[in-house]
Amino acid sequence: MPSLFILVPLLLIVILNLPMKRLRGNIALFTALVLCIVQSLLSLIYLLFKSVHFDPVVPFFTFALSIDRLTLILLCTIGIVSFASLLVAHSTIVNPRQKFIFINLLLIALIGMNTIVLVTDLFSLYVFIEITAVASFVLIAIDKDLHAIEGTFKYLMLSSVATVFMLSSIAFFILVAGGTSFSDVHNSFSGTSDNPFTKIAAGLFLCGLLIKSGLVPFHGWLPDAYSAAPGPVSVLLAGIVTKITGIYTLLRLSTSVFVLNESMQNMLMFIGALSIVLAALAAVTQSDFKRMLAYSSISQVGYIALALGCATPLALAGAVFHFFNHAIAKSLLFVNAASLEKRFATTDMNKLRSFGAKPLVTSVTSLIGFLSAAGMPPLAGFWSKLIIVIALFSAGKTIYASVALLATILTLTYFLSLQTKVFFCKAQTVQPTVSSLPAIAVAEIILAAIAVLIGVCFPFVAYIWFLPLKEILH
Amino acid sequence: MIQENMQLLWYFGIFAILLFITGFYCILASFNMVRALIGLEILIKAATLLIILAGYIVGKTALAQAIVITLIVIEIVVMVVAGGVILWAFRHNDTIDPRNLSNMKG
Amino acid sequence: MIMNLTLLVCLLLVAIWTVMTTRLIHAVIGLAITSVTLAIIMNHLNSPLAAVFELSVCAGLIPVIFITTVSFTQRISKKQLRVREKERFIKFWYLPVIIVVAGLLLALFTHAPQITVPPAGAEENVRNVLWNLRHIDLLGQVIVLLAGAFGVVVFFKESGK
Repeated sequence: MPSLFILVPLLLIVILNLPMKRLRGNIALFTALVLCIVQSLLSLIYLLFKSVHFDPVVPFFTFALSIDRLTLILLCTIGIVSFASLLVAHSTIVNPRQKFIFINLLLIALIGMNTIVLVTDLFSLYVFIEITAVASFVLIAIDKDLHAIEGTFKYLMLSSVATVFMLSSIAFFILVAGGTSFSDVHNSFSGTSDNPFTKIAAGLFLCGLLIKSGLVPFHGWLPDAYSAAPGPVSVLLAGIVTKITGIYTLLRLSTSVFVLNESMQNMLMFIGALSIVLAALAAVTQSDFKRMLAYSSISQVGYIALALGCATPLALAGAVFHFFNHAIAKSLLFVNAASLEKRFATTDMNKLRSFGAKPLVTSVTSLIGFLSAAGMPPLAGFWSKLIIVIALFSAGKTIYASVALLATILTLTYFLSLQTKVFFCKAQTVQPTVSSLPAIAVAEIILAAIAVLIGVCFPFVAYIWFLPLKEILH
Repeated sequence: MIQENMQLLWYFGIFAILLFITGFYCILASFNMVRALIGLEILIKAATLLIILAGYIVGKTALAQAIVITLIVIEIVVMVVAGGVILWAFRHNDTIDPRNLSNMKG
Repeated sequence: MIMNLTLLVCLLLVAIWTVMTTRLIHAVIGLAITSVTLAIIMNHLNSPLAAVFELSVCAGLIPVIFITTVSFTQRISKKQLRVREKERFIKFWYLPVIIVVAGLLLALFTHAPQITVPPAGAEENVRNVLWNLRHIDLLGQVIVLLAGAFGVVVFFKESGK
């Protein structure tokens, strides 16, 4: 059953690429959309009804996969964000050949991300991180314009350096643990001899993952890659790809596989806090919409890293919840950016100011997205930030907790300035009102609805988000 | 036997670290994107050496070889994509100097 | 033992030459020779299959990819090339110095840390491991080749604009 999440998209790619003319175009888009919806709904149903019974359906291959509740939450998130990205692509990419290639590459990235959350072996994790990375390189450069090529090259270089770190770490783990599966590695940490190689190996792997997740000071590639990528690719990258290959892997490894000691946890918390503050400060000075959103992404991922470093159960719950909320909110904001880019052909905030009214759906949903990312009640972002701050206070790390609180004010500053500049401003001349593109509007409404729904109903759905922790902390 | 393995590990380890330094130096100090790719290749070779060495010492050469084979396949694909990116960068900028890749500031 | 050391020194020297050489074609050839040396070392470490793979791919396919890319992107004149080569050589003399210093520093730590090596299991066959135990890696290879195919279509296919 878990292998279906991998094999069905692969089958879809093979079918779509059969040499039949009618399959290109809208049929490809439609089947990909259905696949994403099915993935989200299926994982949501399994999550809610608690029956985690998986019988092997495909007897020919025996993949070493495992599913737990964290995996199901992430599969649902991947489905939702891919769905939004496909809708944006439908409106934004005009050339049908390019649209077809986009759909295929998105399906490959989908396979990569699904397998990352399902796999139980360190080397297989590396293989599928690389697959997702290669798919995203080609996706960013799909337009082949100048900025996209620059962004891709920087991303490629830094990502491959991170890859080399991870490979050396795998070599050390073979030396110490005799294998690369999660259970072997975990056992090597709890061995009796205090082996310096295990610490070196864990440190190297974490270094690679920090580069991939874009935390300060390894964030050099992130603003260029996010702002240069075309609209739907930015949605995919910011919403899910960077998070799954970087911070989700960090979460999974630091809780179930590696056993981190005090100094590594403190370093993680320090890097998280540094990311929050420095990225927020950099975001204030930006004049390009997407670049500001990219720095804001770094800042929010810093929150997740801060909560991870704290490592109490409440902090981990907050980290997972913030992961989900930020995926939804940031995807929504990048969908808005794509809609503006399509309508007005620019993402420079000063230029956007001179255009008249922005599409209504975009303006309203962007307000919801900003407030959720900044952490305003009653939206979803408020609850996750509250949990993180409470967890930090109760673990005794008052300095970090106050940094997290104060950074919220910084976040609100740049978001509100962006709102007044771009969306709710008086035009120089009277322009006719612009309507949204229909597919983008659907994506925006769905994402905003999820943010509002989760925020309002949080006290009732709390049991879904807290249950994964018992699985992680075994 | 164990002592000889430790010596072996240590010598190979030193050379692997020196190869890493060479690779990083090549990436950081290159005027040419193709040379940066060559530096990346040297880094991957150093990692391959470490993996095979670890497999030899522990005795699991089968696992190490399977890993290296998969790794080489991934490396080909990354190199091909990087070659494509460099090609288009050249077509836009008419040069392959990575110092020119700073059109985006801030 | 002596053979291993000689091969390692050879590997390092060829790698340094690859980095420091002035002409790009020489660097690509240096990369191929590095791969050949690495393949010989791997053969000595009981890994013949990986050595053959490395030889055929990294000493054959990858230099072809590099030379293709280089042949599409060489445009500057000969005189500019000479000037650039000179300034490059001046800049790059740091590298052997760093390598020698680092090598000496590392060799001072002659006390290698004692590690407990887990007991070796039964000697397995590579074919067995790859085909029976690591299905997911095989699937990964197929998918990454698919992604590469799409990459080639995006970057290298000339179609009517």
